[in-house]
Amino acid sequence: MPGKTHIQTIINGEHVDFLCEPRQSLLEVLRDEIGLTGTKEGCNDGNCGACTVEFDGRIVTSCLVLGVEAQGKEITTIEGVAEGSTLHPVQQAFLENAALQCGICTPGFIVAAKALLEQNSDPSEHEIRFWLANNLCRCTGYDKIVRAVQDAAVKMQEA
Amino acid sequence: MTQTVDYERNMVLATKTYDVVGTRPIRHDGTDKVTGRALYGADYDTAGLLHGYIVRSPHAHANIKNIDTSKAEALEGVLAVVTNADFTGDAEGMVDMGEGAPTSLKWLRDNVLASDKALYRGHAIAGVAAVSPHIAEEAARLIEVDYEVLPPVITVEDAMADGAPILHDDLKTMELGEETDNVSNVADHFQHKKGDTAKGFAEADVIVEREYRAKTVHQGYIEPHNATALWNADGRVHVWCSTQGAFAVRDAMAQLLEMPESQIRVTPMEIGGGFGGKIPIYLEPVAALLSRKSGRAVKILMSRADVFEASGPTCGSWSRVKIGAKNDGTITAAEVELAFEAGAYPGSPVPAGAQCALAAYDIENGTVDGYDVVVNKPKTAAYRAPGAPNAAFAVEQAVDELAQKLGMDPIELRLKNAAKEGTRRVDGPVFGRVGLVETLEAMRDHPHYNAPLGENQGRGVAVGFWFNIGFHSAVDLAVNGDGTVNLTEGSTDIGGSRASIAMQAAEVLGIPAEDVHPSVVDTDSIGYTFLTGGSRTTFATGWAAYEAAQSVKRQMIERAATIWDVDVDSVQMEKGVISSATDPELSMTFKELAGQLAGTGGGISASESVNPQSFGGSFAGNIVDVEVDPETGKTDVTRFTAVQDVGKAIHPSYVEGQMQGGSVQGIGWALNEEYYMNDDGGMDNSTLLDYRMPTSLDLPMIDTVIVEVANPGHPYGVRGVGEANIVPPTPAVANAIQSATGNRLFETPMNSVAIVAAQGNGS
Repeated sequence: MPGKTHIQTIINGEHVDFLCEPRQSLLEVLRDEIGLTGTKEGCNDGNCGACTVEFDGRIVTSCLVLGVEAQGKEITTIEGVAEGSTLHPVQQAFLENAALQCGICTPGFIVAAKALLEQNSDPSEHEIRFWLANNLCRCTGYDKIVRAVQDAAVKMQEA
Repeated sequence: MTQTVDYERNMVLATKTYDVVGTRPIRHDGTDKVTGRALYGADYDTAGLLHGYIVRSPHAHANIKNIDTSKAEALEGVLAVVTNADFTGDAEGMVDMGEGAPTSLKWLRDNVLASDKALYRGHAIAGVAAVSPHIAEEAARLIEVDYEVLPPVITVEDAMADGAPILHDDLKTMELGEETDNVSNVADHFQHKKGDTAKGFAEADVIVEREYRAKTVHQGYIEPHNATALWNADGRVHVWCSTQGAFAVRDAMAQLLEMPESQIRVTPMEIGGGFGGKIPIYLEPVAALLSRKSGRAVKILMSRADVFEASGPTCGSWSRVKIGAKNDGTITAAEVELAFEAGAYPGSPVPAGAQCALAAYDIENGTVDGYDVVVNKPKTAAYRAPGAPNAAFAVEQAVDELAQKLGMDPIELRLKNAAKEGTRRVDGPVFGRVGLVETLEAMRDHPHYNAPLGENQGRGVAVGFWFNIGFHSAVDLAVNGDGTVNLTEGSTDIGGSRASIAMQAAEVLGIPAEDVHPSVVDTDSIGYTFLTGGSRTTFATGWAAYEAAQSVKRQMIERAATIWDVDVDSVQMEKGVISSATDPELSMTFKELAGQLAGTGGGISASESVNPQSFGGSFAGNIVDVEVDPETGKTDVTRFTAVQDVGKAIHPSYVEGQMQGGSVQGIGWALNEEYYMNDDGGMDNSTLLDYRMPTSLDLPMIDTVIVEVANPGHPYGVRGVGEANIVPPTPAVANAIQSATGNRLFETPMNSVAIVAAQGNGS
């Protein structure tokens, strides 16, 4: 069995240490070693976006990042999007616009949409669709997701 | 009945208003699902959990001569290895998973773990359980399988050809209901017949006859299949999995493992999409056998490639349609032949496809022939109105061509021949109240239908049908002291059904939807509930909630009468207020009475099981605009309007969501999606990069018009919304491409290559 490496990170604002094998992905570490199962596996090859997390200020598909690459990094997962018991405007907008059906892709979409609105507070429909094109949803046809992001943008501007 | 309305985006054509039904509350499970707290199948964990891995056949068709597991068993960290030999019993009898015709237990068992033959690339051969998923995968590579490779059969036309390689030496064709001695890949040929088609075609002034083909496609749920099983020391088996039918899993497991069904407990975890594909069992029995051997809980997850190569596609198909009409547009006869892939074992969706093929038309003379054909691909599973889109791709294009030959508007032609109450379908049943005419009128009157088109743009329309189903559902209700109500149900919530079921109870009780707390529970904890599928959940489980709420209402009235010491018949409950008809002083709210229950005789609860058969079929229609690049053939959907008769929209947002989701799956099916098969019978595109489902960037907004022609067979008029919406998109897109380019395509997917080839510009 391969040896394990000690990794130190900040996840959702807290110092988190873990041991991982070199072959374990960040997705696997988050889910199986740390218990943050809100980040989902849909394909394990970077094509569906269900495992999207924020990684040192960028969004990445965590299945394509090795656990050992997280050394010294700051990571935000879906579990870190709300502030305590207050939902992020994107989360609230997804609820109010019925922008989820089965919900398996939802964590990835919310992490990605939050990152978009932090960069571009007033995206056009096309900009939203372009940004979210790396996140697959098979239930909604995207209509209500795009509307939720538009709604969240308005609410965040008003705030 | 023509309704005059000003259409807007996502217009709801309500026919009756309620207090809760028809409103848009936030779904009860929403917060858990936007915060990552909801637990899906793969998220389950328990002490001592082992990880499983499945060894799969690299060959599409092969005899299995020998399986040597000794090296895998010897690897450190491996606790169990199983093969088909670990099943006991003779596997006689049939299994009904509820997604179509019952299947043979032997075929189901051989699909879970192959015995003598591998019938598709990805067919499960053996299972390994180890202390980590990586060790299980390493061990799987040490399992040696001796294959004798056989030539594969990939399409129905190959499979039906003379001299085709035979998948099952013991499969004899059923011919029009009679057993034959003919060993072939055709499991069944059946026919529906009405009137005299020869006479009907003789009366026709115009006839269209064409062949159509559709490639195999996948449901494409984002969550791969998963299962965890614990074979406990007390002899009971507990399964945690993402399934559309916990009771279907329980009952099939009981048959496979030769146990009473009561010895198996299935906990349905949150499910990440299904669309019919999460009705069958794949991993659950293997996890159970590995748990029996190891004494530990075992979790197995499919990879995305496994999902494509070893689970649920829906059928590729070959179809022929001949349809004739008089010059005035009266359709006089139609002949339809449908040959559908079943995959490796019999049981394609051709029976349902044949029922739906001509359902939209009132035709005097018609035949529909269906062929159920085995091929070397994974066993097909249900996919949203299974079989109906393949049939509609053919019939709705033929009708479009007929309209062009007649010089008639395609909606007017459909209205002239539309099936309605009293129409006898070619497959036998007589329609009750259905909303096809209202659906077509809503399409005709929609501003989209007459909006101007730009250069290289075209517009197409089509309609589709799904019959929907009823069957068993159970709901328990219990009143809390604060006036809220706990609702317990057995229907997996795949897209907002906790809300649509809770709302039906709330309507009866006159309380807000938020005051009903729905829970989806395991098979030990609720009465038998049929699967989440067939567009039945809001219809049937909602009805069980309605009945349970009626029981609670009766008991609340009785309790109030007792407290007030008045005749029970003088007490009523309306909009959440219990009052006396004789004494206006006597009145209290549901909440006030709930607070008094404990001190006035105890709590109130109700448990109801229903089995309604008065389901109502749903018609859907699309108006689609496309823009086709004349040089590259690239096709963009520029505008899309989905119209559907849903009976009654309990929660309109999730009804719209079903219509939009089904429409987009249909767009993907039309333009991009296919199993790209190589000559060895392997799938060359089993990733989400190469199997290209629509992304947000590929689509416009999907406008919806909810038509509400109430189903007289449901307390609120519900028909069901989940499926009919995927039926019209493939032909509607084909008709739009024809409108844009002048060229008609007869095969899905209608991708750039096919469009350029149809222009004569291709290689």
